[in-house]
Amino acid sequence: MPIVTAKTAQPAYDVVIVGSGAGGGQMAMTLTLAGLKCVMLEAGRAYDPATETAMFQRPDQAPLRGVGTPEKNFGFYDATVDGGWQVPNEPYTQGSDDPARKFWWWRARMLGGRTNHWGRISLRNGPYDFKPHSRDGLGFDWPIGYEDVEPYYTKVEQLIGVYGTNEGRENTPDSPDGVLLPAPKGRAAELLVQKHAKTVGVPVMPIHRAVLTKALDADTIPAKLFPGNEWAQKIVADSMRRRGACFWATPCGRGCSIGANYQSTTVHLPPALATGNLDILPNAHAREVLLGADGKANGVLFVDKTTGNEERVRGRIVILAASSGETVRILLNSKSASFPNGLANSSGKVGKYVMDTVGTSLVGQIPKLENVPSHNEDGAGGSHFYSPWWLYKEQLAGKLGFARGYHIEMGGSRDMPGGWNPLPDDLGQGAYGTKFKEAARRYYGSFVYLSCRGEMIPNEDSFAELDPVVKDKWGTPVIRWNWKFSEHELRQADHAQDTFTAIFAAMGGTVRRAKPKTGTEIEPGGKIIHEVGGALMGADAKRSVVNGWNQTWDVKNLFLVDASPFPSNSDKNPTLTIMALAWRTGDYIVDQAKKGNI
Amino acid sequence: MPTHELPAPFDPGLPERMPDPAIRLPRRTVLKWFAAAAAASQVAGCLDRSGPGGMAPITAPGYGTDPLLTRVYKAGDAWPLTLTEAERTASVALADFIMPADAYGPAASKLRVVDFIDEWVSAPYPGQMNDRKIIVPGLAWLESESRRRYGAAFTTLAAAQMDGICADICFEKNATEPFKAGARFFSVFRGLTAGAYYSTPAGWKAIGYEGNVPLPKFDGPPPAVLAMLEVEQTVK
Repeated sequence: MPIVTAKTAQPAYDVVIVGSGAGGGQMAMTLTLAGLKCVMLEAGRAYDPATETAMFQRPDQAPLRGVGTPEKNFGFYDATVDGGWQVPNEPYTQGSDDPARKFWWWRARMLGGRTNHWGRISLRNGPYDFKPHSRDGLGFDWPIGYEDVEPYYTKVEQLIGVYGTNEGRENTPDSPDGVLLPAPKGRAAELLVQKHAKTVGVPVMPIHRAVLTKALDADTIPAKLFPGNEWAQKIVADSMRRRGACFWATPCGRGCSIGANYQSTTVHLPPALATGNLDILPNAHAREVLLGADGKANGVLFVDKTTGNEERVRGRIVILAASSGETVRILLNSKSASFPNGLANSSGKVGKYVMDTVGTSLVGQIPKLENVPSHNEDGAGGSHFYSPWWLYKEQLAGKLGFARGYHIEMGGSRDMPGGWNPLPDDLGQGAYGTKFKEAARRYYGSFVYLSCRGEMIPNEDSFAELDPVVKDKWGTPVIRWNWKFSEHELRQADHAQDTFTAIFAAMGGTVRRAKPKTGTEIEPGGKIIHEVGGALMGADAKRSVVNGWNQTWDVKNLFLVDASPFPSNSDKNPTLTIMALAWRTGDYIVDQAKKGNI
Repeated sequence: MPTHELPAPFDPGLPERMPDPAIRLPRRTVLKWFAAAAAASQVAGCLDRSGPGGMAPITAPGYGTDPLLTRVYKAGDAWPLTLTEAERTASVALADFIMPADAYGPAASKLRVVDFIDEWVSAPYPGQMNDRKIIVPGLAWLESESRRRYGAAFTTLAAAQMDGICADICFEKNATEPFKAGARFFSVFRGLTAGAYYSTPAGWKAIGYEGNVPLPKFDGPPPAVLAMLEVEQTVK
């Protein structure tokens, strides 16, 4: 029985894993395939993508034609259940009333967490991204480098399946030959952006996303991933064979019932469960890591949300993969005589240096895309193309006025209509009747969006702490967020807006609104849902929370494998790096356990 | 990705649909509406809801944070519908005037557009409740305007008469002062009608959307599209 309750769980396991998303899922898979008995605590309910995903459901079959509401923020069919910017009974607070200093916290309370609906964009950090301080004197270096993580990027890409191309660009690593799946063909708008962006110096090429453009090679990949472990290879091969290739329909944000994209619930958890070594305990909200008299973690205290009772589960090793905010919350709430300021917090750095991604977008209307003959552009359910950061040299030479780069995500608008008026009033010019339909068809697909996804430099004003007063429904103190962007981020967003305007102009199009004042268009902190940092990795125990193995300096059998240890947040989306580091940490744990070191 | 009405706008990292800030509907105070509706009450009869209990607040709960996603919902399943028969009849007439049967597709009423509008203005969410304050008094105003001009109910007007009213309110930017509020109503109503119309298979055909079908492979745009755009397929 893989899904357990507080009553049916074993009294003790080898490992307690808190969280079931990218980090927790990868860790569970790595450890159970190595023979360790694990229990996974998930604060939300169990979730089965095979039966619960809305795949071909149309907007006219949903309430309000599927548009977003305060209860389903990203639309009715979005995979997220029991989650969003606000979660009932689980408040969070802000250190400031200033809108620019607020942090938006997206949480999913479901098995698989945010991996069920994420964008599937899977970019490797480059060598610069691990040593940003050495490069420009700002932020922090990681104690590990690209060469340490590279083998795990390759393993993860082979396991989850990532499409894309190798382009040989600066700080934008290629994958070894044969690892990436074929890139999907460019769509009309993407090809048009590619052609014209080139004229203003912006390169456009296939993006990397975790979608199976063809079935994974289950005959050869498992042996590469788990050499010498035939039992693991068979389990992984069986799991790979159950995943279908993309059939070029339905948006990935809904999740995928056939497993054609990566989500923890279709890729990581099935093989972990197949080992017989994993129990999953849903509706279990971790409150504290329990500390033994020997100074080692020996379990987790959690709230059973089905009863409201406090429960305990024991383990010889504890892993937190609960998201940056929730991991910080658990550590700060784990107070003891040895750790009066929170567990693993002898440095005082728990909660510090939270980062998100710099986000800003612009929509253009492109006459050349009007009245394009109708054709199916659903494609791989998300972007096919992007622009990796292209101005490393100019930036290093100090020519840009901001220190870190961004990539551009893009898309056309020939996607599934429904719910919203496709024809803005200014373009319709008052049309009704057949004239309206004519204009709607003319303009459909003629809008192009460009979005900046950029690096934020960690700063002293962006951090998470416990609210001294507010508690959740179960009496657990909640997180209070503090936020501030620096001039680097504001200028970067401004640069992106100028770039987008230039691209639309090169395409013969117009922007759908005037260029804003500098800095006013940056999305608030948290809005891009790339919450990282808060328990940084470092080389010095006095100034960081974990070492280069995601192992807390203070408690050697406690590991953090969400994005909380990231010392920087490059423009590359964090999920692939979370998985690579979780796998690497899992291998380290197995090795250290064998040697009797933990 | 719907963005326009959300308290929490969209993440382009997850583009379920294209955002366009220009489509955003401004939320002005609609006090004018109530003045107009009150004036209309003398002639509009059954469309007047300015009396006691007329514009009852929406109190039904929403669908919650964990609704069943795989079932087929129809208007009224998630919360009770609240438009009166007279309001629904007027809505049918207006929606069919905005989206008539023609070479592009069927009339709005054939696609249950008014069920959607009723569901929308009956929904317990802030964005929809704002639209309710525009749509319900707007329908009353439309009726009063029809009676003022033609001495007849809007639903009984000839096409040329409907056109006479709609021409004055079809474009907010150009509407003259007496018709500003009517134009606001028309913009919201037309937006809802179009949002509903184009969410159906017939609407998809009308606008040129061909997706939501499984394919064995994805070939990208056809040669005619590439030629029209003067681009080449760069992914081989």
